[in-house]
Amino acid sequence: MKAPTRYVDDSVKGFITWSIIWGTIAVIVGIVISLQLAWPQLNAAPYLTYGRLRPIHTNAGIFGWGIGSFIAMFFYITQRLTKTPLWSPKLARVTLWIFNVAIASAAVTLALGINRTKEYAELEWPLAIVVAILWVLFSINVFMTILKRKEKQMYISLWYIMAALVGVTVLYVVNNLGMPLHLFKSYSAFSGTNDANVQWWYGHNAVAMVLTVPPLAIFYYFLPKITNNPIYSHRMGIIAFWSLIFMYLWTGAHHLLWTPVPDWIQTVAMAFSIMLIAPSWGAVMNGYLTMNGQWEKMKSNYLVKFMIVGITFYGLQTLQGPMQAVRSFSAFIHYTDWVPGHVHMGTMGWVSMVLFGATYYVATKLSDTEIYSVKLANTHFWLVLVGQLIYSITMWTAGVQQGSMLLATTPDGTLQYSFMETMIAIFPYYKIRAVSGFIYLAGLAVFIYNIYKTFQKGADSPAVKA
Amino acid sequence: MLEKNPVIFIILAFVVIMIGTAITMIAPFKWINSAGDRIAEVKPYTPLQQEGRDLYMREGCNNCHSQTVRTLASDVERYGNGGTYSKSGEFVYDRPHLWGSRRTGPDLARIGLKFPDPKGAWHRKHMENPQSVVPASNMPSYAFLNQPLDTTYSERKMKLLKFPYTQADLDDLKGKSEMDAIIAYMRKLGTDVPVNKAETATLINVDVK
Repeated sequence: MKAPTRYVDDSVKGFITWSIIWGTIAVIVGIVISLQLAWPQLNAAPYLTYGRLRPIHTNAGIFGWGIGSFIAMFFYITQRLTKTPLWSPKLARVTLWIFNVAIASAAVTLALGINRTKEYAELEWPLAIVVAILWVLFSINVFMTILKRKEKQMYISLWYIMAALVGVTVLYVVNNLGMPLHLFKSYSAFSGTNDANVQWWYGHNAVAMVLTVPPLAIFYYFLPKITNNPIYSHRMGIIAFWSLIFMYLWTGAHHLLWTPVPDWIQTVAMAFSIMLIAPSWGAVMNGYLTMNGQWEKMKSNYLVKFMIVGITFYGLQTLQGPMQAVRSFSAFIHYTDWVPGHVHMGTMGWVSMVLFGATYYVATKLSDTEIYSVKLANTHFWLVLVGQLIYSITMWTAGVQQGSMLLATTPDGTLQYSFMETMIAIFPYYKIRAVSGFIYLAGLAVFIYNIYKTFQKGADSPAVKA
Repeated sequence: MLEKNPVIFIILAFVVIMIGTAITMIAPFKWINSAGDRIAEVKPYTPLQQEGRDLYMREGCNNCHSQTVRTLASDVERYGNGGTYSKSGEFVYDRPHLWGSRRTGPDLARIGLKFPDPKGAWHRKHMENPQSVVPASNMPSYAFLNQPLDTTYSERKMKLLKFPYTQADLDDLKGKSEMDAIIAYMRKLGTDVPVNKAETATLINVDVK
């Protein structure tokens, strides 16, 4: 037997640990702002107002939990798929430091009101530069590992990883272009309608390149690993991959339907959004068909549950999204709570479910041991699932209710309800939503305890020391 | 082949994502904000208004308030305040745009048309204690804006943004509070476009049947 390649996993563990910490902060801040929407007196101080906390919630979630755990998983997956140790373990350790400094500085500056206001690109220019450097350093490390690989064939996951590396770089750099006034303030390089169009080209493709492509890379790698079965179709993987990264970039303006953005851009965005159902479901079906003949693992293997429920939410997400991208439906639900309901199905359902599964798997591999408790993993699964479902269903309901009230007219053509009346109608939902946040947080606590215990178990086991 | 050469692969992936990008994001620069979009009456922000706009950004008001009246009858009626839907030319001086994505509060694109009081008394009362004017409101209190406005960079902002300004504009900043600035911004929003010309219109006799 050949001696196994020695993989470098200290940074994998580091990124897993820190992404979980930032993810927990994102959820806690999320609960705080959900409570503020129901009880405005909770806006205790200027730096604790909703307007300043909400970007902290989204940035900690997308960049802290999302990007952090993707970096961990990319380091882990790339080494295994290339049968090559990480190109530079030292650079990986530096990346972790920059990552933590960037996210911590992001939280502090946003609380101080240093905010570019462009959604998911709120960080002021010095920090945006740090984030860009972080991403490029990480990309170089992963790409060099791929270049030096011992396994010639590149599996589907590596394509998604490379697409994310180049995609995120382009999007982030362009949308952050600006004119600095001083160290803590800059103005966008684009103005008005142009700025809006660039922003949502970025905003929607951040969803693609950060919240779709990386979790798909992870899903394609871990599902076959967990089930011990190859992916159903390599060819379907190829077609779905290229059509996904081709179509996504056209769809940004579905965030701007009925606004002054030229009509044709809106229409093109609408059409491409509908077309995106095909490649999205290509990945979903590849997952489902891989399960053929082994569906009983949904019962017997807790990891399969996370993966398959995760990809199911991806499937639902990519049906609901295109529906929202149609002008008539957008007129009804855009600007209402329907949209946060949609977003959180994607983040808490799809992305996080897949990440939870992958993290359990990697934690046991790194510790060379079994999971501390399958029972707790199942408890975690049900808590986050119920929390997320209550969140999304509550917000969809609130969105439909408010949307109908905002459009309602009396027989003489005047508006039936004042804006405030539509808000009063949905306040009860805000309280239910806050409860769902606590349920999700409880699930997260169980997850953290289980991972911690698994790492601890691994540290005690003689196998790792040997 | 493709699955074996990462360099070609990553270049191809870049090209593929740039197609949609070029058509829907880069190409529109040719039309948006061009002469056809411009509206003569739309004026840049004064130093005080721009300071107010920066405070609006600092406080993240855009997290709850949008700034685009869509071309929907219900939007125009609810948020138009007597004006029309938003037009591209109205935003040419906005860096960045502040259109927002969620209306937890009402749209503010034409809020300037709503309260004609030049002193902005309603706004002041509302910012200090929103529930005193809208009892069920879930807006936070912004009484903390009653502090002196930092005008260190006001002139530099005008230069950077290439907005015209006079010495009188700069003098106008003296003694102003952050509250004054944000109210000045509120009062400007959406007021440039001539919305209601009925008073100045010439009457012609038309037989309406």
